[in-house]
Amino acid sequence: MADPPLLELRGVSRLYRPRRSLLARGPEVVALDGVSLRIAQDESLGVVGESGAGKSTLTRIILRLERPDAGQILYRGADVARFGPGALRAFRARVQIVFQDPQAALNPRMTAEEIVTEPMLVHRDTVGLDRRGRRARVAELIETVGLRPDHLRRFPHELSGGQRQRIGIARALAAGPELLLLDEPTSALDVSAQAQVLNLLIDLQDRLGLGYLFISHDLAVVRYLCDRIALIRQGRLVEEGPAAQIFDAPRTACARRLIDAAPDLGAPLRSAGRTTGTD
Amino acid sequence: MTAGTRLPRPAARRPRALRRFGRNRLSLLGAGLVALVLALALFGPLLAPYPAHVAGGIDTAARFQPPSAAHPFGTNELGQDVLSLTLAGARVSVLAGFSVVLIGGTTGTLIGGIAGFLGGWIDEILMRLTDLMLIVPNLILAMTVAAVLGPGFQNMVLALALGWWPGYARLLRGEVLAARERPHVTAARAMGASQARVLVRHILPNCVSPVIVKMSLDMGFAILMVAGLGFIGIGVRPPVPEWGTMLATARAYMPDMWWVAMAPGLAIFVAVFGFNLLGDGLRDSLDPRGGR
Repeated sequence: MADPPLLELRGVSRLYRPRRSLLARGPEVVALDGVSLRIAQDESLGVVGESGAGKSTLTRIILRLERPDAGQILYRGADVARFGPGALRAFRARVQIVFQDPQAALNPRMTAEEIVTEPMLVHRDTVGLDRRGRRARVAELIETVGLRPDHLRRFPHELSGGQRQRIGIARALAAGPELLLLDEPTSALDVSAQAQVLNLLIDLQDRLGLGYLFISHDLAVVRYLCDRIALIRQGRLVEEGPAAQIFDAPRTACARRLIDAAPDLGAPLRSAGRTTGTD
Repeated sequence: MTAGTRLPRPAARRPRALRRFGRNRLSLLGAGLVALVLALALFGPLLAPYPAHVAGGIDTAARFQPPSAAHPFGTNELGQDVLSLTLAGARVSVLAGFSVVLIGGTTGTLIGGIAGFLGGWIDEILMRLTDLMLIVPNLILAMTVAAVLGPGFQNMVLALALGWWPGYARLLRGEVLAARERPHVTAARAMGASQARVLVRHILPNCVSPVIVKMSLDMGFAILMVAGLGFIGIGVRPPVPEWGTMLATARAYMPDMWWVAMAPGLAIFVAVFGFNLLGDGLRDSLDPRGGR
């Protein structure tokens, strides 16, 4: 490969030392341990692991909300840790995140329109739209994610879970990203909303050529969406490869256990993920 | 249970909190009482039927007259019209209560907000200071300060505000800490929003409603405290009419001349009750998730 990949992680580690009190720190907790991954343009990489395996830490580190204790994150070959303010802003327009719980991920005091507009305001200089341009773009985005214009006037609590997640996706698209970090974007939704959102994500990838880092504990969902799969266990990368290979010929016992534990892979959309009620 | 079961509501929803507030009769009663008390604070001295008495004039020939058409709440030991004094007294009580809550609330909000947002050592130092202030009982602190500074309106407000801010500091720090970790704040950071934008647009708007609620609940307490300080004689001095001072003087003539105590007592009750109802109503209606 001549071109550097869209995103590359090289031996990324992250330790937490929870503070016990003002002076004493508790024992170390390893969240990530030497994880190396790469995502090419318009590729979707599924990251699968049990809860507590370090999946969410991974997203925080990629977004540079946390610093890794070791290792590098390269965005198109450039070290994210070395970005100055300008480069970091550009990077943050290019990499966006969609969260698990769309209720919590949207500011309850903002209308859907304000939420989707915000990234364009933050990146006014690069997006370069005036007020009218932003309105038009919001209207376009809302249609892209399959909502109606009148949804824009609503507050998050006046939308259903699936609609909220669509707003979250519209917000992630607003600044024109190349890579979406999808942190269990469907596991808080009911089964039919789950299927719709997954199909929307597949559709978006086809149209916009986005790279996806799709985090899930649900193998069935990952198999449906992802080209390649990485298995994480206790912060370590256990196995990584093309989706078909992982499912048909898992090399490690851990992978086999996960696959065996996932119910009913014949029907990929009958998810095993329980809908967590949020109110 | 699940969020999905809630039906989308019709359009036009701007004054949503207002409508929810209006649906609760008790909150409306509270709002009405508060409006009454505020109106008294503004116009009370003008409404007083005996302005001379408000200014300190006495009429010893008419001491201790029971309620009548001329004096609906009777006269006191100096022959002053109790109704006039009570109406005029609203200004001191409400203004003092308002100042205490405003000064204490602003200071506490600022300190708690800074502590929660910045964290680290600044947080540690500010919160230990807050704990220290919380240990000292409010009224005793106010008494001490007022005793040192001497009686008077400003000193009384200062003394009360000094003991008032720690509650707000704790409240806001907790709110900010909780809000800071919410995914929508992480989302804002991840999209590259500035610190100022994160604080102003995403954290503070989700922290203000408990502060507003606490302020309106505290107004009642503050008025009570002001009256309490007046009652033990370190608030404003006569002849400036003030409910607590009036009660304190009236106490000596209880129970025979009961009417002297009735108007100021009733006024304190109405003010405290009104602000508490208003606070409860605001708490229920300002929560954006609503419908509990």
